[in-house]
Amino acid sequence: MLRFVVRRLLLLIPILLGLSVLVFVWIRALPGGPAEALLGERATPESIRQIEDQYGLNKPVYVQYWSYVSTVARGDLGTSVTTRRPVAEEIEQRFPATVELTIAAMIFAVSLGVPLGFIAAKKYGGPADHASLVVTLLGISMPIFFLAILLKYVFAVRLGLLPTVGRIDPLIDISHPTNFYTIDALLNGNLNAFWDVTKHLILPAIALGSIPLAIIARITRASVLDVQNEDYVRTARAKGLSPRVVDQRHIFRNALLPIVTIVGLQAGLLLSGAVLTETVFAFPGMGTWLVTAIKGRDFPVLQGGILFVSLIFVLINLLVDVAYAFINPRIRVS
Amino acid sequence: MGWRPLRLVLPLVAFALVFAAAGCGGGGSSGGGDNGGDMVFGTAADPVVLDGALVSDGESLRAIDQMFEGLVTLKPGTTEVVPALATSWKADPAGTSWTFNLREGVKFHDGTDFNAAAVCYNFDRWYNFKGPFQQQSATYYWQTVFGGFSDKKTPSLYKSCEAKDDKTVVINLTKPSASFLGALALTNFTIASPEALKEFDADKGSVDEETGFKPTGTYGTEHPTGTGPFKFVSWTRGDRLVMERNEDYWGDKAHIDKLIFRPIADNAARLQALQNGEIQGYDLVEPQDINTIKGDDSLQILDRPAFNVGYVTINQKVKPFDNLKVRQAVAAGLDRQSVVDNFYAGRGQLATQFMPPSLEGYADDVQEYTYDPAKAKQLLQQAGVQTPLKVDFWYPTDISRPYMPDPKRNFEAFAASLNKSGFQVVPHSAPWSPDYVGRVDEGTAGGLNLIGWTGDFGDPDNFIGTFFQQPTDQFGFENKELFGLLDRAERETDSAKRIDLYKEANREIMKFLPGVPYVNTEPALAFNSNIKGYVPSPVSLEQFSSVEIEGQ
Repeated sequence: MLRFVVRRLLLLIPILLGLSVLVFVWIRALPGGPAEALLGERATPESIRQIEDQYGLNKPVYVQYWSYVSTVARGDLGTSVTTRRPVAEEIEQRFPATVELTIAAMIFAVSLGVPLGFIAAKKYGGPADHASLVVTLLGISMPIFFLAILLKYVFAVRLGLLPTVGRIDPLIDISHPTNFYTIDALLNGNLNAFWDVTKHLILPAIALGSIPLAIIARITRASVLDVQNEDYVRTARAKGLSPRVVDQRHIFRNALLPIVTIVGLQAGLLLSGAVLTETVFAFPGMGTWLVTAIKGRDFPVLQGGILFVSLIFVLINLLVDVAYAFINPRIRVS
Repeated sequence: MGWRPLRLVLPLVAFALVFAAAGCGGGGSSGGGDNGGDMVFGTAADPVVLDGALVSDGESLRAIDQMFEGLVTLKPGTTEVVPALATSWKADPAGTSWTFNLREGVKFHDGTDFNAAAVCYNFDRWYNFKGPFQQQSATYYWQTVFGGFSDKKTPSLYKSCEAKDDKTVVINLTKPSASFLGALALTNFTIASPEALKEFDADKGSVDEETGFKPTGTYGTEHPTGTGPFKFVSWTRGDRLVMERNEDYWGDKAHIDKLIFRPIADNAARLQALQNGEIQGYDLVEPQDINTIKGDDSLQILDRPAFNVGYVTINQKVKPFDNLKVRQAVAAGLDRQSVVDNFYAGRGQLATQFMPPSLEGYADDVQEYTYDPAKAKQLLQQAGVQTPLKVDFWYPTDISRPYMPDPKRNFEAFAASLNKSGFQVVPHSAPWSPDYVGRVDEGTAGGLNLIGWTGDFGDPDNFIGTFFQQPTDQFGFENKELFGLLDRAERETDSAKRIDLYKEANREIMKFLPGVPYVNTEPALAFNSNIKGYVPSPVSLEQFSSVEIEGQ
């Protein structure tokens, strides 16, 4: 097991290097650079040249790349052209927001999706199964931003139950030692703030979790259906075990494998930033940060941000594989 | 029967519903504070930094406007220069030495005194900027108004600053300029506490070959210190910028207790936040939302006076546009009124000159042009050109500007009307960034192109001086009389005479017709109906200190 993990971690290095080359070259292939984006109508050939000089953008690409790699090796991810802040600092602020939103969305998706899929499988072919099919199809087909606006309109503007933007009420003041607002509220001992932060997470989590919900439900259903018909289940029933025990000890546990894989992959995807949801809810996460950087041709942010997100995704994949090995003893041996 | 998962889920769902119900009401309350209440305003983005000398983006300027003041300011809602930290001023006969009498008893937010030495400290700081601070992206406005820096790489309008005594300061210029007074009202020339600038390393930073300029001080992010009616409290990017009433302000104190700016980039999200009570106002209302807001009794729309101009460039280096009759034919061949009526959601007004009506120097009696295809053809004949006259007409893509929300539609309407007027339009387009603006600047965007301008500060020089005071590749002409007239107007220190000179310039320009202006647009702000006292300004110099929340 240890060798397995170490080998995968070592693979990270060529993966990240390859990715960094791709990102580096790709963003320079986009027309225009940070200078034109920053200055707009006021851009003159001279002012553009000034910015290019400052950021070394008129040097050959391989020279720029080597400078970049040596800086990153020193632990410096560069400075954002638009906000003039270190990229690392911006990640430190944005990533926890994305993590909180991802966790909230996955809690929603898993706590509803797994039971939904399970029931659909148990009542295979019946009305419950068909109903779950409709719900999941709706979840996958409805555009997130449309669902988000709808949720906001119903629950906020009409019913006044939940907020529409941001992570916390602007009039609530707490310190932010971790940038995970839920944890920060608890660390501040402020329960009112904790409720408020949670309220701000509910609608975005539902909007964002709608697709994972649908996928998890379908996978759960398929997996349970598969396992239900296995010989060992028939044996367990034949032995006289109660249906509940059969479900818990045999069906559910064995059906878990594909579900865990999917949950992990979905979480990994969400962690790369949920642009549409973040935009509609003005949620300051990685998604809006990176998209703004593309429009503003903020090269340092794009390089550092995309590299970071890729690193996270690869690590999550590794975690999923390790969890898989834990759940399925047969895999550990190989 | 597998009820186990359900057993886990039901309590979770119930829990969630309890959350939602317990925390009833999604909006932020506006209670708290002494008596004025707190106000949350929705902005389009975070400021970049809270140091007036180093910014040019609207959101930085908006925040800095509340906490800082300059020697002069503008009367709310107008471009008229009025006293602020200076109570009176005079120029010497040569027009190069300006003496300002300063207001007494004013203190910075950190308790240090405002005086002539502080003024000179600030001016000299800007004049002595080096390295990356000299870039257009950092000090655009210093360079627009004053030109160069102390290293003399380019000439500078600024010569020196003398603190004659605590309450008298003299600013010496290298040549006479009267537009400099209006420019002093710019947020970029507000006065900061020298002690704070020093203590918090406002000018410290390193330039890295690989990663560019890295500011290292905390002045502009944690300790902006001015003299204004609001003081800085805290700033959490992506979340809020908090300011509070300055109880030691020298003038009329602000009414509201706390002013909070909340960045919400998406226009629809801003509107919903306003409808939900999470913010009490926002800027940059989309034209399509205006009727929704007007139809809601709890909300109101405030109009900002127009301060931009959309126009069609005529490049006289491209023949036969150097012929006045041909340019007049263009003016007669553009159906400007119908473009303004149809593509601006009711927010546009027909422009008669290259300046908005709210700006002094606007002339009511310029030569006007109406859409007349027959007249256009006649003029072309008189000019002796073959009709239909082929013309390369450029427009930008991938962009929406306040003076041109949909360039393609403007273009199509103009092209159609020109084609009826003896022209044959050959369409060309390029993405706004990076190509289009560059081409327009360099004069490689055909004989005609669509562009515009939003004013930076309340001086006619910022419009017609910028366009027509010197030869440019964009317009491609040499008109020594016009250049001379605008030079004289820029330097004239008597304000009444100056206004007359600019009026004359506008008349000349509309006779000479270097281009055809067609629209000024009025941006809109939205507020709760109980917000009173906000005065929109043409140059977006807007104070929250006059705002009152009714019912507080």
